[in-house]
Amino acid sequence: MKIIVAIKQVPERDARIRIDAQGKWIDLQDVEFTMNESDAYALEEALQLKEAHGGEVIVLSAGPERVGRTIREALAKGADRAIHIESADETALSDFDALGIARLLAAAVKDEQADLILTGLQSDDLGLGQTGVIMAELLGLPHATLILKIEKTDTGIKVLRELEDGWFQHLALPTPAVLTIQSGNSKLRYATLMGIKKAKTKEVRIVSVADLQASNPDLAPRPVVVLEKIILPHKQRTTQILGGTPGEAAAALVEKLQFEVRAI
Amino acid sequence: MSSVLVFLEKKNDEISRISWETYAAGNELGKALGLPVDFAYIANPTGGSLPVIFGEDPQEIHVIDHPVLNVYTADGYTAAFCQLIEKVKPAFVLFPHTYQVRDFAPRLATRFGQVLISDVTGFISCGTQPRFIRQLLQGKLNAEYTHSNSGTCFVSIQSGAFRMLGPRQGSTAMGEKFTPKLEASEIRVQPGEPFRASAQTVDLNSAAILVSVGRGIKEQANLPIVEELAKVLGAELAASRPICDNGWLPMDRQVGSSGQTVAPKVYLAIGISGAIQHLVGMKGSQCIVAINKDENAPIFEVADYGIVGDLFEVVPALTAAVRKVKA
Repeated sequence: MKIIVAIKQVPERDARIRIDAQGKWIDLQDVEFTMNESDAYALEEALQLKEAHGGEVIVLSAGPERVGRTIREALAKGADRAIHIESADETALSDFDALGIARLLAAAVKDEQADLILTGLQSDDLGLGQTGVIMAELLGLPHATLILKIEKTDTGIKVLRELEDGWFQHLALPTPAVLTIQSGNSKLRYATLMGIKKAKTKEVRIVSVADLQASNPDLAPRPVVVLEKIILPHKQRTTQILGGTPGEAAAALVEKLQFEVRAI
Repeated sequence: MSSVLVFLEKKNDEISRISWETYAAGNELGKALGLPVDFAYIANPTGGSLPVIFGEDPQEIHVIDHPVLNVYTADGYTAAFCQLIEKVKPAFVLFPHTYQVRDFAPRLATRFGQVLISDVTGFISCGTQPRFIRQLLQGKLNAEYTHSNSGTCFVSIQSGAFRMLGPRQGSTAMGEKFTPKLEASEIRVQPGEPFRASAQTVDLNSAAILVSVGRGIKEQANLPIVEELAKVLGAELAASRPICDNGWLPMDRQVGSSGQTVAPKVYLAIGISGAIQHLVGMKGSQCIVAINKDENAPIFEVADYGIVGDLFEVVPALTAAVRKVKA
């Protein structure tokens, strides 16, 4: 099986959030980056399929130079090679909407003729939850979302899909297909020392956004949806912060629960 | 004619609550922009009409009827809705942000060269160009999005973001049947019957107090400190998704979009940052208490009482304090 895994590099979960001067994104200075969580699970599924059935795992990621680190991490975990759609700088990709980004990703992989394209179900930063599904439509492939498990069958694949409220469902799909993967179904592997060493020699093909656009003017940014500004959320309730030592805060809380909420 | 078209989704053959909330959002958007509001839904295989409408009477009701749509598939729904949108040509299409909508709506929007503005929590009307608000970075920030105004704007509405309107009894609106051109051969994915992984043994909804634990607990060996607190409070133990994924607590204790939706008298969120998927499952609680070391954690957005601190110090102190008043 030839499997492409689209991964995104995102700010760490506990990164300090400060809005930048333009008010359109967060200040990235001092922010640590990591592989988007559900994309890491997509990579894990791909590696397990390769271990069971052979084939190749190709990592695909778009972003500035710093994304190279996350790509190397994926290679160290066992991916065979990578395609890095490199943007000129930190802000270049923000001119694109989700469709624009998916167009770039689809253009970079359409000649690969992969059996499967996997990605996480949504990013931890923008959280649009659409990139995989849009790619499927652009490439004319069937898709399924919120996938927990993938099994190879004689005619294609059988997948386990999460539904709401604790329900599940199996789906059968022909290949090639696009799947978006839900977090949490398997244990993520760590890169071994050997893996890290090997990753240094693996192929990372760098395709610049400008080159992709030069060969296809359709890939220029023409967003239909624009992020105008970001703001800190309004509090939905007024939170009373109970301060002091842990003992004092605990005593204050018990008093509230006893006399105001009347729950104890 | 320019309109707001709202798609209503069914659960067990009934229009779901989140669909009526989305319809309320549609009514509000229609009023702000001076546009009529229509709604559409997939006909029941067994027939029957819509008994009660929650909200204003729509201008038109489209009942999408085709045997291929009896079972949900992304291919079937995308093709059917595509044909209806081409016929109605609405300015806005609103969906409830459900797992099903997340599955097909991005594909549908792409077919029109559009992008779904997903998981919207509200909008600000600025003339003819509303700004749609959605959350970023797991709810730590809000972002305002606009649409280019060329072609149909696709939006999905978060559960609980809009209040469902009151019922309108005796509405005569019956709806117009819309039969899309569909062939069974267009459906590439074969869906199986939905099933539950295990019989639910814990009903979190019967508990007055829930003590809910998240990633902050770090490892399974630390669970006894929250179990102890739950015991002295007479509370049921609940958890956020990562705890159940790790197998530290069974799945039937999971709160959130993929677990149970709860609304106890008191919800104690311990070491839970408050990702959107968790908040939708508990924000209806009467009193929310958050204990978290990160003062910027989104859980504090919805909390009535908060303690910013190390749960390994605060929780044992709280257990001791509860014991003292109960003694």
